[in-house]
Amino acid sequence: MEITKGAFGEFGGMFVPEILAPTLLELERAFEEAQADPAFGAELDGLLREYAGRETPLYRCRNITSGTKARIYLKREDLLHGGAHKTNQVLGQALLARRMGKTRLIAETGAGQHGVATAIAGALFKMETRVYMGSKDMERQAPNVFRMRLMGAEVVPVETGSRGLKDAINEALRDWAGSYERTHYLLGTAAGAHPFPTIVREFQRVIGREAKRQIAEAEGRLPDAVFACVGGGSNAIGIFADFIDEPSVELVGVEPAGHGLHTEKHGATIEKGRPGILHGSYSYVLQDEDGQIRESHSISAGLDYPGVGAQHSYLHSIGRAKYVGATDKEALGAFALLSREEGIIPALESSHALAEAMKRARAAKEEQVYIVNLSGRGDKDMEQVMRSAQGGESR
Amino acid sequence: MSLRYERMFALLREHREGAFIPFVTLGDPNMTESEAIIETLLDSGADALELGLPFSDPVADGPVIQAAANRALKSGATTGACFELMARVRKNYPGVPFGLLVYANLALGRGMENFYARAAECGADSVLAADVPVVSAKSFAGEAERAGIAPVFIVPPNADEAKLREIAGLSKGYVYFLGREGVTGADREMNAPLASKIAFLKDAGSPPVVVGFGISRPEHVKACLNAGADGAIAGSATVAIIAANLGDAKKTRALLREFVGTMKAATNYR
Repeated sequence: MEITKGAFGEFGGMFVPEILAPTLLELERAFEEAQADPAFGAELDGLLREYAGRETPLYRCRNITSGTKARIYLKREDLLHGGAHKTNQVLGQALLARRMGKTRLIAETGAGQHGVATAIAGALFKMETRVYMGSKDMERQAPNVFRMRLMGAEVVPVETGSRGLKDAINEALRDWAGSYERTHYLLGTAAGAHPFPTIVREFQRVIGREAKRQIAEAEGRLPDAVFACVGGGSNAIGIFADFIDEPSVELVGVEPAGHGLHTEKHGATIEKGRPGILHGSYSYVLQDEDGQIRESHSISAGLDYPGVGAQHSYLHSIGRAKYVGATDKEALGAFALLSREEGIIPALESSHALAEAMKRARAAKEEQVYIVNLSGRGDKDMEQVMRSAQGGESR
Repeated sequence: MSLRYERMFALLREHREGAFIPFVTLGDPNMTESEAIIETLLDSGADALELGLPFSDPVADGPVIQAAANRALKSGATTGACFELMARVRKNYPGVPFGLLVYANLALGRGMENFYARAAECGADSVLAADVPVVSAKSFAGEAERAGIAPVFIVPPNADEAKLREIAGLSKGYVYFLGREGVTGADREMNAPLASKIAFLKDAGSPPVVVGFGISRPEHVKACLNAGADGAIAGSATVAIIAANLGDAKKTRALLREFVGTMKAATNYR
C-alpha cells in the first residue's frame, strides 16, 4: 500500500475520516513551525526543567544485579512530575495547542498516566480538559481517575468494546470529528495518524538524549542494550530515538505477553499481529482474518492495546529493534524485585522492560551495560498488584 | 463501473425526483432478518442502498450504528457472509445501486485486491472507506477502479476549494456530502447544505451529490434537494427502527416500510 503522509518505510500514514484530515495537516504545519522557532523550544525546555523536573537521573541499580555480569541503569522517568514520561510530550503538545489557538484538550488514557499528564497541562494552561478512559481501566487505576478530577479534568467512562485504551481512542476521535475547531486531541502515544508518531517521538526524544550523555559520563561508553516496554510505544521510541544510529546498541521493545504468547490473552502486537489500519496508521495490529480488531490483554492498562506505533513496526521490519514479550507474571516479579531490592516501586508497564533486562542479565556470560527506561512509578498499581497477590484474576 | 448510479440518477432527473438512500448494517440484527430488512427497504421505494460492513472499531459512527455493528458481529456477520448476503439480494434486484460502507482494515483484511474483486462479484457498485481521506486514497481508489467498483469520497463541511475539486475528480458514482461535522447519528440534525458548495462541486465535474449525516425527517430530504443535492442518505434513523424493535421482525419491517415511504415521498421536487 502506498503511504503518502508520514511514512516509516511501508508503515504509517494518515487514515482518518476526511473531516479530520485538514486538522492533522494544520497540526503538522504548526509542529514544523514550532520546531523551527527557538522561542518555542526555549519555553518547552524551561517548563521541562522548572515545572516537570528534568533532567531525570540515570541510576545504577546497586542490588538487583548482584551475582550477574550486568550493570543495569534505570532512566528515572518515574521521578518526572506526574509520575511518568507522559508529561514530556504533553507539555509540548499543549504548547502546540495554544499556538494553534485551541482552547480545549481531549485525550484518551489507559493506565491513567497520560490522562493525569493532560490534566496537569489543562490546569497549567487553563484549558478545558476531557479525558476518555475505558470503564475497565477506571476500575483498575482508580487513584489516577481521582488525580485527574482533582486537577479539574472531566473523566468520561467509555463503555464500548473491551472498555479499554483502544475504545478510549475511538471515543476521543469521535469527539474530535465534531469539535476540531477549538479542540486539540492530545494523543498520548507514538501510534495514531501522521503527524502524531513523529510529534510524540520528538517530544519524547529528550529521554534518550539525556540517557546517552549520562551513560557516557558514568561508563565512558555506549550501553550494550536499551530496554523499554511497548504498548503504543511512546516511552520506547523516546529512549530509542538517539540510539537508532548507534548500531552497537541493541534496542529491545518489551510487549505485554499477558497470560503467555501461546494464549489469546496478550497484547503482543508486533510478535503476534500483522499489518493493518487501526486509529489512523498502517502498522502491526492484533486482528482476525477479516480485519476485525482483537481484544488485547495485559495486567498493565497502559500496555493493553492491540496496535503499536508505526515506527516500531518499521524498526522491527528492518531488524533494527527487537520486540519480545514479558508475561503478567514476569512483570509482577520484576515489580516486586525492584521494590524490595532497590526501594523503587515501578509502574507495571515499566516492570515488563525490567523483567526482560533481568532475564538477559542473569544469562550474561560477559560484562554488560544495560539501560532500562523506568517510564513510570507504580503507586497507581497498588490495588491491581494486591489483587494479583491474593490470587485474584487480573483485570 | 458506476453504470447503475448513472442510470438511476438519469431516471430520477427525468421524473424530477431526488434519490432516497437508506443505510443499514449488513447482518443487523442477524443474517436472516437483515436480508428481509434489505428487501423491505427496496420494496418500499429506496432508490439505492448504503450497506455497512460491520467493523469492531467504527470511529466515524455514533452509538446507533456502533450498536448495529455489534449486533451483526455477534450474529456471525463475517465479511464473507455479508458479501454472500449482498449477492443474494443482488439476484433479485439487478438494477438498484448498492454502495458499501467500510473501514480501511476490512478492505485490507484478506488483501485489497481480493476485497474489491469480491465486492464487485457480489454486486456492489461503490465502496466508501470511512477512514480513508483523499490524501491517503491512492491505493484504495486504484484497486477499486481496477475491480470495476466506484470509489466514493466524503465532502466534509470544512473542505476548501482545492479539496472540493480533488473530490469532484476522484469520487465516482456519487459524492457523499456531509450534512454536518461529527459522527453518524440522527440525534444531531443536519445543517442545511450550502448550495454554493454543491454548485462548486458540480462545476468541477463531480458525479451527483448525496447528503448524509443527521438526516431523519422528510424536511431534511427537501432541504438537501433545495440546495441542489441529488439525494439524501438516512443511516442512524433507519437503523434506530431496527434497534427499537428487536425481536419483532414484522413490526420492524412495517415501520421501515412507512419510514422509507415517507422519506421517498419528500424527494419529489421542482
